[in-house]
Amino acid sequence: MSSFWNIWVWVLSLGTLVGCFFLLRMCLKNFAGVEEGESMGHTFDGIEELNNPLPKWWSTFFLLTIVWAFGYIALYGLGNWTGLLGWKSSNQGILNIAESKAKTLEYLEKDSGVLVQYDREMAAAEAKYGPIFAAYAQRSIEDLASAKNVEIDFDTKGELTAEQSDLLQAKEALKVGQRLFIQNCAQCHGSDAHGTTGFPNLADKDWLYGGTPEAIKHTVMEGRIATGMMAWESALGGDQGVKEVAAYVISLSGRSIDPELAKAGKAKFAMCAACHGPNGEGSLAMGTPMGAPNLSDNIWLYGGSKRAVEESIRNGRAGIMPPWKDILGEEKVHVISAYVYSLSQD
Amino acid sequence: MTQSNTSAVDYNFDVVRQFTVMTVIWGIVGTLVGVLIAAQLIWPALNFDTPWLTYSRLRPLHTNAVIFAFGTSALFATSYYVVQRTCQARLFGGKLAAFTFWGWQAVIVAAIISLPLGYTSSKEYAELEWPIDILITIVWVSYAIVFFGTLIKRKVSHIYVANWFFGGFIVTVAVLHLGNSMAIPVSGMKAYSIYPGAIDAMMQWWYGHNAVGFLLTAGFLGMMYYFVPKQAERPVYSYRLSIVHFWALVSLYIWAGPHHLHYTALPDWAQSVGMVMSIVLFLPSWGGMINGIMTLSGAWHKLRHDPILRFLIVSLSFYGMSTFEGPMMAIKSVNALSHYTDWTVGHVHSGALGWVAMVSIGAMYHLIPVLFNQGRMYSIRLINIHFWMHTAGIVLYIVAMWISGVMQGLMWRAVNSDGTLTYSFVESLTASYPFYFMRFLGGVLVVAGFILMAYNMFKTIGAKDNSLKPVEVA
Repeated sequence: MSSFWNIWVWVLSLGTLVGCFFLLRMCLKNFAGVEEGESMGHTFDGIEELNNPLPKWWSTFFLLTIVWAFGYIALYGLGNWTGLLGWKSSNQGILNIAESKAKTLEYLEKDSGVLVQYDREMAAAEAKYGPIFAAYAQRSIEDLASAKNVEIDFDTKGELTAEQSDLLQAKEALKVGQRLFIQNCAQCHGSDAHGTTGFPNLADKDWLYGGTPEAIKHTVMEGRIATGMMAWESALGGDQGVKEVAAYVISLSGRSIDPELAKAGKAKFAMCAACHGPNGEGSLAMGTPMGAPNLSDNIWLYGGSKRAVEESIRNGRAGIMPPWKDILGEEKVHVISAYVYSLSQD
Repeated sequence: MTQSNTSAVDYNFDVVRQFTVMTVIWGIVGTLVGVLIAAQLIWPALNFDTPWLTYSRLRPLHTNAVIFAFGTSALFATSYYVVQRTCQARLFGGKLAAFTFWGWQAVIVAAIISLPLGYTSSKEYAELEWPIDILITIVWVSYAIVFFGTLIKRKVSHIYVANWFFGGFIVTVAVLHLGNSMAIPVSGMKAYSIYPGAIDAMMQWWYGHNAVGFLLTAGFLGMMYYFVPKQAERPVYSYRLSIVHFWALVSLYIWAGPHHLHYTALPDWAQSVGMVMSIVLFLPSWGGMINGIMTLSGAWHKLRHDPILRFLIVSLSFYGMSTFEGPMMAIKSVNALSHYTDWTVGHVHSGALGWVAMVSIGAMYHLIPVLFNQGRMYSIRLINIHFWMHTAGIVLYIVAMWISGVMQGLMWRAVNSDGTLTYSFVESLTASYPFYFMRFLGGVLVVAGFILMAYNMFKTIGAKDNSLKPVEVA
């Protein structure tokens, strides 16, 4: 803020408070020219006004709030001045996480007296909860997921065995993973992870980018961008072409459809095979995790009705899984991945 | 409450009558839409899969209908009435006054059509698109000319305190509307705000909070300053209190907007100033309540017989309650709990249903017999029933929202021993359903009360002139 606007802010805001003080002081005195409690002497449509003094408790309380206002501003700042406490809610005006973290370090190193509330709270949370997640991250995703259906036998008196406490930790990790999933992932994938139109089901063993622990973790960490399915109507020679290919695609999962139409579609499917594979089994079956779905398993990301399949072919589809590494950090992603992986383990 | 003085000055009551009747009609419409959307929150199927009936489009219709159709019609009616009576002068501007009525009704009809169709600027309480904004400006400037023109030709030396508040409200709402609605049109029904990012948010809440501060507070304090002493037949408690609370109120309210933007991209100092001014505002706000309630000193017994006075005094109690609650909620650490929860919704409704609606209803019950040449309303008993229905409705409403609001705030911040959140958002929603139902019931009572009021009003209007005699109270 330029110094002009800084002065503007100071003069107007403090001026308002000072003005309120003098206004109060003026009205505490009887300036009305009539005795206190008497009528002011003018009537409006029969309404008179009395010259009663301000209630004592009211004016005292009002004065106290004005005094407090100056105190608060002194502590928390005004305009370009950060105040005696050097308090900031966050590194406002900095637009990315890396720069914000650098700024915080700078404040600390210079011992500048600046106190960023967000950083302080995050650091406290990190100190408290960090070790828990660090311990989870020590263990592999398979290891954590393997605890899914194992019951712990608590019959033993006294302390848990090392094996039991390992199991307990893994079970807790899966629960934590589920909570993180519900808070961060369920908006799209559903609270049971069964997905919805456009957002894949994560519990059906049908994967777009692979269901190994590494692939899942990579998907969550880095995100995925699926823009390969373009609009095919003109390339397929118009509406008839779209209908033919759609019929063929539907026939791949063994559903009944006009065989003539499907046959005509099969000839055109060569264009689709580049990504979906010669038999439509998807890019994963070809060993390239590029996200082209398996079309032969009757699982439909964008709907399996004739209309929905035609729509996908005609206008294309695009899906984005955002990257979570900067938002949650690797350790939390690790725990979420373990939970997601466990969903498809028996 | 007889029509004395009418012989002395030839008052223009036509426009007052029009606005008075429409106040009651819009009161029913606005609250009915509110009850529908309250029901949709429990039974989402009530949008009938129709875009025009979805919550997202009807919610702005509800707020616009109650603030600008019901509330502002009540302000037009009472300010036109009060300024004439307290200035002993006929309304200035002749046909311009009639234009403000028809112009304002056109604005409301345009809102009723355009909002369900999905036209919106997306600014809360300023959703109407730019052609309607221009119409609002023209009507509002006409309103200012009529009001201040009447003040200028007044036959009394002083300007009565009610007119300070009405005047302050008219001028400030004009400034707010022009400031916040600055936008560049790109088509017949779409314009984009000229302000970027955080500045746009600040402009919006400078407008939004002062729509509360000047329209819903200062305007209705003007109403209070006439109808309370008139109905109680007592002098105003303290002239000096009215001076200090008027000037402090108008100069502090204008700063309070940033408390809607705590912990956002708004600069920290602006948030701090918004919070500080909101708290200093607490006592000036209460000045109005004290002046109104203390006006009743020596006449408390009248509350026993007069349901109109009951409406007016209880409205001041709700005013005091919500102007205490408001500054508390403006404190950053309280706001961290209350913001984005139903607590805010409850707070707004204790102000809107408790203060704004009750003082307006009281004023309308006072006004209707005077305007239509009667000694009293058709049925005093129905006024009393209305009072209890409305009061019970508000209590149900705000208690439900307090509980669900605080519950939501606590659920959202609850943390497990591993640092993860204890509840998902959906769990807090499920937990809110019983209170949504309670709120719905409260809303039904309020609407039913308004319908009763409309019946009472039309019976009063339809009765033979002067056939309803004032009740003699011993």
